[in-house]
Amino acid sequence: MIAFDRVTVTYPGVAVPALEDVSLTIEEGHLALVIGPTGSGKSTLLRCVNGLVPHFSGGSLSGTVTVDGRSTERYRPRDLADAVGYVGQDPDASFVADTVEDELAYAMENLGVEPATMRRRVEDVLDALNLHALRQRAITTLSGGQRQRVAIGAAFTAAPRALVLDEPTSSLDPVSAEEVLASLARLVHDQGTTILVAEHRLERIVQFADVVVEIGTRPGGVRSGSPASIFATAELAPPVVRLSRVAGWSPVPLSVRDARRHAPGMRHRLEQRRQEREPAPRGDRVAQVKNLTAAYGPIPALADVSLEFHEGEVMAIMGRNGAGKSTLLHHLVGLRRAQRGSVEVLGRAPATLAASEAIRLVGLVPQDPGALLCAETVAGECRDADRDGGLFEGATRAVLESIVTGIPDDRHPKDLSEGQRLALALAIVLAPEPPLLLLDEPTRGLDYGAKERLSRQLRLLAARGHCVVVATHDVELVAEVADRVVVLADGEVITDGPTRSVVCHSAGLASQVARILAPAEWLTVEEVAAALTERGLRDGTGS
Amino acid sequence: MLRTRLQPLHPIAWWCWAGTLAAAASRTTNPVLLGLVLAVVAWVVTTRRNNSPWARSFGALLRLGLFVIAIRVTVQVLFGDRVPGTTWFSLPSVPLPSWAAGVTIGGPVTAQAVIGAFCQGLQIAVILACFGAANSLASSFRLLRCVPAGLYEVAVAVTVAITFTPQVVLSIARVRDARRLRGRATSGLRGWRGLAVPVLDGALERSMALAASMDARGFGRRSTSPGRRRATAAATLAGLVGLGIGLFQVLDSGSASGIGLAVVLVGGGLVIGGLVASSHGSRSRYRPDRWLAAEWLVVLAGLAAVAGVVATGSNDPNSLVQPLYPLALPAGPVAALAGVLLAAVPSAIAPVPVPARPKLTEALA
Repeated sequence: MIAFDRVTVTYPGVAVPALEDVSLTIEEGHLALVIGPTGSGKSTLLRCVNGLVPHFSGGSLSGTVTVDGRSTERYRPRDLADAVGYVGQDPDASFVADTVEDELAYAMENLGVEPATMRRRVEDVLDALNLHALRQRAITTLSGGQRQRVAIGAAFTAAPRALVLDEPTSSLDPVSAEEVLASLARLVHDQGTTILVAEHRLERIVQFADVVVEIGTRPGGVRSGSPASIFATAELAPPVVRLSRVAGWSPVPLSVRDARRHAPGMRHRLEQRRQEREPAPRGDRVAQVKNLTAAYGPIPALADVSLEFHEGEVMAIMGRNGAGKSTLLHHLVGLRRAQRGSVEVLGRAPATLAASEAIRLVGLVPQDPGALLCAETVAGECRDADRDGGLFEGATRAVLESIVTGIPDDRHPKDLSEGQRLALALAIVLAPEPPLLLLDEPTRGLDYGAKERLSRQLRLLAARGHCVVVATHDVELVAEVADRVVVLADGEVITDGPTRSVVCHSAGLASQVARILAPAEWLTVEEVAAALTERGLRDGTGS
Repeated sequence: MLRTRLQPLHPIAWWCWAGTLAAAASRTTNPVLLGLVLAVVAWVVTTRRNNSPWARSFGALLRLGLFVIAIRVTVQVLFGDRVPGTTWFSLPSVPLPSWAAGVTIGGPVTAQAVIGAFCQGLQIAVILACFGAANSLASSFRLLRCVPAGLYEVAVAVTVAITFTPQVVLSIARVRDARRLRGRATSGLRGWRGLAVPVLDGALERSMALAASMDARGFGRRSTSPGRRRATAAATLAGLVGLGIGLFQVLDSGSASGIGLAVVLVGGGLVIGGLVASSHGSRSRYRPDRWLAAEWLVVLAGLAAVAGVVATGSNDPNSLVQPLYPLALPAGPVAALAGVLLAAVPSAIAPVPVPARPKLTEALA
């Protein structure tokens, strides 16, 4: 269905090719998962399929890409619209119409599909993606998961033989992500659509994949194969696979359900051997939110929220899209003034302080760390940060070096990898040494390696006495770093407790390891591995 | 005809209705008539507005109208011509050099000046309210979907521009937030400087993403020959401009309406020609809005208002204006009032839009 033959892509003005010598074939009706570290060329590979690279992006492409027997050399993206549907990273930037139905019909109108056929296909897609109740709604009034499903539907109504999706769940909460992925699986099963999808959070999607395409960092390092064969050795692997490596299970289970068959034996081996992580003595109170209520116009965002934040603690704030996580962070950092209730950081209300004063109390790394960066070079960015914070020269650069080494001074912030950009934004926010550090959805677009480095960094900051607050959908990150979890729903605090008890006893928020080993309360692969090695019980044969 | 139907009223019907009411308002400064037009428009909007975010534009334009009235009256009081009549109070007058003849600052303020200015401001406010009502009743998106194939590209450009504006507002807010997070000033000149580049940068990125998405969904593929498309588009646009100018002349009672009528006819001909020539394109349309009896009735209701005002204008032109010399209560011309009242009929016959808020069953789905 989709074939790459010795494809090399070079963007204009860049010496190193974005993709080098890629050959692969994807059979009709398969769901192919593209994995690889950030910046390895996943998006480029996807955009080659319908010819957006090179027709839209510029640059040069050697070799041939064929879809449904048509070569992208001769056909432009618009001519391939009936063969390939493409869903980009940011669905909000792709909408043309204002209501769901019109958006779904847009591609078919361009293709000149008969009105009667159009009606039928829109109905089919509304059913397949469970959107029928939303058909007349304005797209701006939908939630993140609903919008993502509309974007998929809009690409799918033209009945393409193949569908290409670039990180479709990266900004979704676990439940919405599951809905979107289940919809994709249904398209594969019921309609025989070929799907090519890139995703960082493998734990969400691996179980649906028929084929995995791994893009390595080395040139020509693209290989594809069955999920089991690729994940037997792949560097990037979801927790279930890493757990099976630690335990020596074979064949490698890819879903929680498969892994649970091994769970009783594993639980037996681990019995009574879990070391309780000593609950760290609570540090002094850094910040306090009291009876905070907030609203956007008539829509309530926070309802009577009271929380305390302590030194040396990593706290995770979880909840659906739109539960009020970002609103809470914005109040803590002083971007919004409390309408009712109070917000205090070290006894002062951040919203009343001048910006230059507030950054010494509390710092926020926003969802898109790039939004903080506006200089031409990394060095310029660091200099600006020193000046903004009234710090000695080189302070920010020193903090950056302590987080990640070797980012060249003259690099443009836009050319950094996702992980490097996050590190730079973190360094800028940390340089004035705020006791309260907030991060909004920091793992979006990060691969497992970058995520692990971030986890270590956050633990280190907590150990040095910062209070770290992370608002996130990423349950694996929470299992790794958080001491305490607060769950928000519709602006109210639902749960506030130690990570282990919250994560292990929630259906939606449990990490993969917690699901596999339930009812025993284990959170991460590292924990299990440590327990096994400590007792010398690693027998390598499985249970 | 009056049975419930799923499809909302044709957007062009709503725009015609609002347009005719605005035309009626443009021919009178009688505050009683203007007040009645406003009441009719407000009533229809509250009973039949749709559920899009644009439905709020009526309120926004009402506020804008109030602002216009305030400005009109203030300017009249401070700088207006000295209108003779009953003096209410006097402002200290500033003597200006002879080259500024015709401009006055301060001086006596008469009842006639204030009431006249108020009525003129009210007229503009009511016309704005009619425009807001059209937007609330049928979003501009839906109107743009009705444009003939020849103007399709123009319509897409306008659609993109409409979605673009709120996005720029959001992006300005984001950049300002980012500046505060870095400890920089967010207000004053220093705050606004350094805002432009990141905002434009974000806007550019968004446009590229949108263009990619449109291209990937087949926008602009195999249409009719570009030359023919451009010719029909040019003819239709020229016709629309002509139609606009002609209508303006006809409605503006001061001009010779013979020429105006001719321009309207030529413009209309060009528009229809363009429509016909461009109608066989390669695009198809999903659920095109249909023009049924309800649409005709709504347009007729609007025309009734104009007819009433025009009839009153030819029989008793004085009753269409606020009497200033001598100052008196405005008249209540029966024909005009009846016509405007008839324009309220759509609140009963137009189909009721689908509910805006998700119902419980929907939220659980």
